[in-house]
Formats: sequence, C-alpha cells, structure tokens
Amino acid sequence: MVGNLSKRGYIAAHGGGMVSDKSKLTFWLLMAPLLIWLVTLIVLPHVGMFLVSMREKIGVREYQTSFANYEVFFNEPLYWNTFARTAYMSITATALTLGIGFPIAYYIAKLTRGRTKTTLFLMCLIPFWVSELVRTFGWMILLRETGVFSNVLQYLGLVSGPVEMLYNDAAIMTGLVYTSMLFMVVPLVTTLDSLDDSLIEAGYDLGASSFAILREIIIPHAMPGIVSGCIVVFMLSLGNYLTPILLGGKDSLWFTGLIYSQFITRFNWELGSAFGFLLLGLSSLIVFVGLKLSRQSLTKTMGQA
Amino acid sequence: MITGIPQSGAFKWTYRAYVTLFFIYLALPLTTVCVFAFNDSVFPSLPWEGFTWAWFFGDNAPYIGVFHERAILRSIVTSGVVAFWVSLLAVAVGTTNAFLFVRHDFRGKGVLYILMLLPLIIPGIILGISILVFTSSVANYLEDATGMWFDGLRPGLVLVILGQFSFITTFATLVISARLQKFDPSLEEAALNLGATRWGAVRAITLPFLYPAMGAAAVVSVLMSFENFNTTLMLVGSDAPLTITMFDRLKLGSTPVLNAVSLLLIVVSAALGLASLLLQKRQD
Repeated sequence: MVGNLSKRGYIAAHGGGMVSDKSKLTFWLLMAPLLIWLVTLIVLPHVGMFLVSMREKIGVREYQTSFANYEVFFNEPLYWNTFARTAYMSITATALTLGIGFPIAYYIAKLTRGRTKTTLFLMCLIPFWVSELVRTFGWMILLRETGVFSNVLQYLGLVSGPVEMLYNDAAIMTGLVYTSMLFMVVPLVTTLDSLDDSLIEAGYDLGASSFAILREIIIPHAMPGIVSGCIVVFMLSLGNYLTPILLGGKDSLWFTGLIYSQFITRFNWELGSAFGFLLLGLSSLIVFVGLKLSRQSLTKTMGQA
Repeated sequence: MITGIPQSGAFKWTYRAYVTLFFIYLALPLTTVCVFAFNDSVFPSLPWEGFTWAWFFGDNAPYIGVFHERAILRSIVTSGVVAFWVSLLAVAVGTTNAFLFVRHDFRGKGVLYILMLLPLIIPGIILGISILVFTSSVANYLEDATGMWFDGLRPGLVLVILGQFSFITTFATLVISARLQKFDPSLEEAALNLGATRWGAVRAITLPFLYPAMGAAAVVSVLMSFENFNTTLMLVGSDAPLTITMFDRLKLGSTPVLNAVSLLLIVVSAALGLASLLLQKRQD
C-alpha cells in the first residue's frame, strides 16, 4: 500500500504525531457522511427489500422465509412475458438510439467546428434539461387521435378519418428513443472528438473505402462511448415508467408498471419486492456483461458521466 | 473538422438532410407543447382557435390560468422546497466526499468508490421502493417498540427528499471531485507555512476554489430534483411535487393549462441548464 500513497497522503501520514491525530479525526469526519448516506439509503434498503421478497405471508402478520414470490413470477405467464417484453423492447430501443444517434454524434464531432459545434451540441442538451413528463406530453399531443399528426394527415387528404397513433409499441419506442437520445449522443461526441482526424485521412490516402474506415478506425475508437451510451440507455429504458404508461396506455405491459401496481394498488409488497429484485438483477447483469465484453470498468465508464 | 476527404455531393446533402430532420425531431414535441399553451380552446389540440394568454393569467372557468390555479401553484412550492433541501444536502455531502476521495488513501477506497457510483445504475423506481420498504419496516419496528408515531418515515416529503438525495449526491460528488483534482496543493501548503491552521487554510483557499463547482452541483441538483419522477412516485405522500401533480392531471385528460406549466418549466430548466454549463466553464 505504501507505493500507492499519494504525495498528500504521505504528508498527512508522516507530518508528525499531532497532525496525524488531527488528520485521523478529519478522515473520520469526512467518512461519516459518506457512510451514513450509502448505508442507510442504498445498502440497507436493498438488503431489506431482498428480505421482504423472500417472505411468504401465512397469516395475519405471520411470515415464513421462502421463494414463494419468485415462484409466483415464474408460474404466471403474464409476469414473465412482461419481463421478457420489457427487456426485448429496451434492447430494441437501445439499438435504435445507437443507430440514429451515431451519425449525429459523428457530424457534431467531426464535420462541424467552433460556434456551429457548440450550438448543435446545446440543441441536443436542451430537451433533456426539461422534465421527461413534458417531453412525453409533447408526444401525446402529436400522436393522439385528435393530435397534430392525425390532423395534418387528414388536411393533406392522405387519410379520411382521425388516426390513433398513441397506445401502441411504435409510440412507446418513439418516446423511449427520444428520452434516451442525449445519453447516447454525449458520450459518442466525447469519444469521437478525441479521435485524431489524421487517422481517418490516412485511411483515405491509403485507399480504404468509407465503410472500411468506419469499421476499422472509427468504431473501434468510439467503443468506450458506444458501451457507456448503450448501458445508460438500456437502464433508462428498462426502468422507465412514464413513457410506457402515457404513450402505451393501460396495456403497455411494462415491468415497472407491474411493480407499481403491486406496491400501490394491490399492496402486495412481498411480490413487488421480488419483481424489483428481478429488474435490478437484469439491469445489473446487462451492465456487467456490457463492461466485460468491452473490457471497461464501471469507475471509468460512469465516473465521466 | 475533416476537410481533406472527397465526398460526393449527393452524400453530403443526404447527410445534411438527415441531421436537419434529427433536430426537427428533437424540437418538435417541445415546440408543440409551447405553441398549444396559447391556443384559445379547452383542449390542447387542433384546430387552432386563436391566440390567448388565458392559460397563464385567466381567472374565470374553464379558463383558469397557471397563476390562478391553486393546486399547481402549491405543487410548484412543494417542488421548490424539496429541491432546496436536496441540493443543500447533496452539495454538502458531495463536498465532504470529494475531499475524502481526492485527498485520502485508505483500505477499501475502491469498493467505496464503486458503491458511491451504484446509484447511477439502479433504476429510480427500485431506489424508491427499496427506501419505502426499509423506512416502513423501521417505522413499524419503532412504533411497536415505543408506542410513538414516526410520520417522517412514512411516504411524504421527508422520504421524497431522502430518495432524491440518495442518487443526486453521486452527481454532486463527481462534479466537485473533478474540480478538487485540479487544485494545486502547494497553495494550501503555502498558507500552512504562513501560519494558517489546517481548517483555516481549507476555508480561505480551497473552498473558494471549489465554489464554482459547488454552484454547478447545486444547480444540477435543483434541476434533477425538480424533474424527478420515478423515485418520487414511490415515496410521495399527500403533498405532491409538480411532476406528480401534472402526471395525475395528464391521466385524467389534459387542458392547455398543463401546456402553460410546461412552457414555464422549459424556460426555467433551459436557463438553469445553461447556468450550470457557464459555472462549469468558468472553472477552466
């Protein structure tokens, strides 16, 4: 460990007996808020939630430990179908966001400069400072039966009556991609910015095709950005509640909706906790696999967020 | 910017058209929300019935504007109170965390750092239910043991503040740590050589250096707190913050008063967002 001591740590540790006592006190004073925060609001609640999920109600205020809640999940097709559907839709949303966002990030990073670049970047940021509720409300006004798109199509004579574009999977997808776009574009712009232009130019000079340059130079360099973007977008989609409920309607079948109804409307906290843990498990698994596949570390990927 | 690469004109124009379309896609929902705040109709939809300020200032039904709508005004105040406490707590803990992680080496630092980042990858709704389950069991236990009531541990504003604080602190820590890493420790050592106490040197030299980052972290915290929905939804009691009130209205069917609130939110969030960028830029 001595080798790892920073210069400042060294000074603190060897600055003399009295300073050392004082710096020990400082250390614990700094450590206290961190520990209180993490233990009472992150660690204990999740342990508690796990214990509740392992509890089966056998009478009034009587419980026993069992896997009953998890069994309910696997025995009820509606539950695991919703789970699989949420995962599948989130993966699709992530892929779409990457596909749509990559050319934009490349354009901002490589084909603009100076003021245009700043302006375009800001234009990407602004929608995401606004509440997700407002953004989703915007899509509702555009897509619903009495909405803007429906009216425009009727005005143009392309359809004869009102068209309902809300309450289907495409609407959910539109909302999810819109909501997560920023979290894909920002890390992509950052990594593409650090790619030296002369590498791309050298590729051209040596006669490579555009596709080969994209595959051999640009994408490998952008990999850290692609991974962190995909991880964040996937997590946000999986944990999203507003977009599926408002754009997908009552039958949107999103897993967070099931968790909400177990907790708030059915008051079955045991089953709700089990659902919560399954969702947390899936999201952690994807983060883990993503980091392993791309050989990134959580500290590096998330630390720069 | 890459200049030395030959590209066909058609490709260039297709690319530009795509980028233009993308930005239209980005702007469309927000513009629509804003435009319909001024429609003289009780539904936020076409046809356009003419321009009106009624959804902001109107005071006779059904045209009750934002500034005369009690429920919405009250929820804006609630959101403000929550945001104030969340950003105060997050910046305070974020600052001590930054000093701990930047200035100290200790066993288990790596593990604690990863634990500190975890709130970023836990879905908000899960954070909400885990805190709900935990505080409820603590409250049940305490109430059984003492016979007193512990309302602070039941769904309500205290839990909303704690829930939002639990993940916003991570952002505050990252923003403030980044700034502290750039600090030149010899400045503090100079103060110590000149006879300052340890705490005196930190207060006179280091903290002022961190102010812009603390300001940026505070603005970001307010922004995130104001727009948070998922965690808040699980922990809310009878006093609903703005996003929850708007969500309940939206489920019942909307009037343009929601567009008016949204317009105000868009303006305020854009201003706060720009402020946080300027604060962070001033650091370099």
